[in-house]
Amino acid sequence: MVSAATPRTGRRAATRRPSGRPRSAIRRRDALVGYLFIAPQLLGAVALVIAPLIAVLYLSLHDWNPLASTFTFIGLDNYTKMFSDPSFLDSLEASGYFSLGLVVLNVTLALALAVLLNQKLPGTTAFRTFFFSPVVVSLVAWSIVWSFLLQYDGGINGFLSAIGVQGPNWLRSGPTAMASVIVVQVFKNVGLNMILFLAALQGVPMELREAARIDGAREWRVFRSVTLPMISPTVLLVSVITVIGSLEVFAQIAVLTGGGPGNSTTVLVYYLYQRAFKYHQFGFASAIGVVLFLIVLVLTLAQFQTRKRWVHDEV
Amino acid sequence: MLKRLRSSTLSAAVAAALLLSLAGCGGQDTPPTSGEPVALRMTVWTGNENHLALFNSIADAYVAANGDQVSSITFETLPYDEYTQTLTTQIMGGNAPDLAWILEGSGPEFVDSGALVDLKPTLQAVEGYDLDDILGSALALWEKDGGVYAYPFSNSPFGILVNTTMLTAAGQPLPGELLASGQWTWDKLLEIATGAAQATGKAGFYVGGYESYLAWQYLAEAWDAWGAAPWSEDGSTCTFTDQAMVDFMTWYHDGVYEAGAITEAGVRADFYAGESALTTAQISKVAGLDGSFEWDMVPLPSGPAGLQPVIGQAGVGVLTQSDHSEVAADFLAFFTNPANSAKLAQYFPPPRQSVLTVEVLGAANPLLTTEQIEAVVIGQMSDAVTLPSHVKFAQVSDAAKIALDGLWTRGADVTQVMGNICTAIQPLLGS
Repeated sequence: MVSAATPRTGRRAATRRPSGRPRSAIRRRDALVGYLFIAPQLLGAVALVIAPLIAVLYLSLHDWNPLASTFTFIGLDNYTKMFSDPSFLDSLEASGYFSLGLVVLNVTLALALAVLLNQKLPGTTAFRTFFFSPVVVSLVAWSIVWSFLLQYDGGINGFLSAIGVQGPNWLRSGPTAMASVIVVQVFKNVGLNMILFLAALQGVPMELREAARIDGAREWRVFRSVTLPMISPTVLLVSVITVIGSLEVFAQIAVLTGGGPGNSTTVLVYYLYQRAFKYHQFGFASAIGVVLFLIVLVLTLAQFQTRKRWVHDEV
Repeated sequence: MLKRLRSSTLSAAVAAALLLSLAGCGGQDTPPTSGEPVALRMTVWTGNENHLALFNSIADAYVAANGDQVSSITFETLPYDEYTQTLTTQIMGGNAPDLAWILEGSGPEFVDSGALVDLKPTLQAVEGYDLDDILGSALALWEKDGGVYAYPFSNSPFGILVNTTMLTAAGQPLPGELLASGQWTWDKLLEIATGAAQATGKAGFYVGGYESYLAWQYLAEAWDAWGAAPWSEDGSTCTFTDQAMVDFMTWYHDGVYEAGAITEAGVRADFYAGESALTTAQISKVAGLDGSFEWDMVPLPSGPAGLQPVIGQAGVGVLTQSDHSEVAADFLAFFTNPANSAKLAQYFPPPRQSVLTVEVLGAANPLLTTEQIEAVVIGQMSDAVTLPSHVKFAQVSDAAKIALDGLWTRGADVTQVMGNICTAIQPLLGS
């Protein structure tokens, strides 16, 4: 605020203002005011994000069993054990399947729904509400309802048998269990991505599309060459938050499958939960947390690094 | 300058927050100076108002008599499904309760890890406590190297709950009659369950606790009658591949996929809603019956290895992390003395022989007849075994479950799946 009121001056005045106070002092005061403004948020982030992150790194170097009151420094043993544990590799694979399935399905469906809703058709408001409402429903309640629908003698198989189809035991066979968890999660969150895409689509200038049409482009070509590049920053945003969200999936797994059948839906976070809260191996679980953090970091950085190739305003 | 200020401020903030968070990891409240009355806390998994009222009345009597040592005793209800996880998290956060209920499955882990205080010296020192009155079979799980690490306050035998309305409608013989004529076997149970399922289109039978095909240890309610066990007595060798276990699993698998008598994985059938003819259950479950159908409760049937009563158990112990473990142990001795055991027996079948009577149990379970209580509870207690438990129970149980899931498809190879279970859990058992 102080600097906003200060008139721009030449180089000489930059070091000493007419009042005689050095500019660096003003800058410091500005900085202090700025820090005070962000202090509440910064304190929260430090206490709840940064400090636990560092603590997890520290804990991952220890063998910590609170039940036995043991806390021993073991260096990188947890990491060595983790990478040689077949369950860890299985959970990585399960997380990979889940993320891939979720990102592809979620982004595609959200974009398709947004494009549909962007048309001037009757009933779009009701349609939008219909797809957005699961976003505000409690995740656990949502998962419990779906667990009833997906059980062997549940609602979905009841509907299928009414039309003469014998449905599978959705949550009890490996491939259908993972597919079910993915679809349940897609329906839960597709509304949010849909709204983000819709906002982006409504920001695409009409004249650009009209110009393309005048040049002879068909609707698909207009979408591919004009609309999609224009909304590419939103595609990047949606992809990043969906990838991060997909790696954090837990409640749906806990409610729907409990990581099974076998360990087919034991994703990384569920594996971490088992190690920490069921087996009391908190050091080992911290090491999983560190690896999960690095995976999210690398994937996010990779997406940002490649953005120049496909996000139009980064070119 | 600004840069230095920024980095030093940030470093200080991070360091302070880290220290704060780490301090929380191992911190304990400062113990009060001697002589000052302390506040005790016990974690439980019951939220039943009658149970809590009884606990509070016993606690009030203790505080009234020992006001110089204890100022208050609170009972904190934690959700049953997440009980052990929540308790462990409290311990981890330096907020351990003074006393805690412990589930039998995690009993050995708590006893072995040193998380519980040896109560024997305190219990022996209290006049009139009569430690010998407690059944040895009930105490076995909580003993180590001559010490006693928890009091097994609840010893509830499993029996079979029968929907007699459904069985009669299906034209099947009633288990009560079969028991009287000495024909009450697991094969017979499967036979009448099959008949009931075919006649009514509902479920025939499910093992209570294993209806969701997750907590396989509840299958022990049945497999003990085959003489089967998941691992050797010392917990070091997998015995899933033993013939007795293979025979039981074959029987169960056939019951699901050939006879259609046992509910399949992924199917929900609630006995208490009248959706199944038979299930295994403890006597306290009778309270969930609303009178919409006629029912009976009979002991577990006998199997190829004869009759083997099974109990579900829970212990209460004092945590070593408690700052007031001596006072807590003294309260536990009062809480479980013969007089208070008789009161607790209203709700929890006691391990004390002196209060294991039809009168006491009948008063608390008015829906059960004297004959049912005698047959299902009292007659079984002294020979009963507990459900499987292990020092690494959670880990071993999960590993076995992952492999056992392979059995729940039509045409699965039982011997191969049992082999897979041993391959998965033997490294954990042996380590």
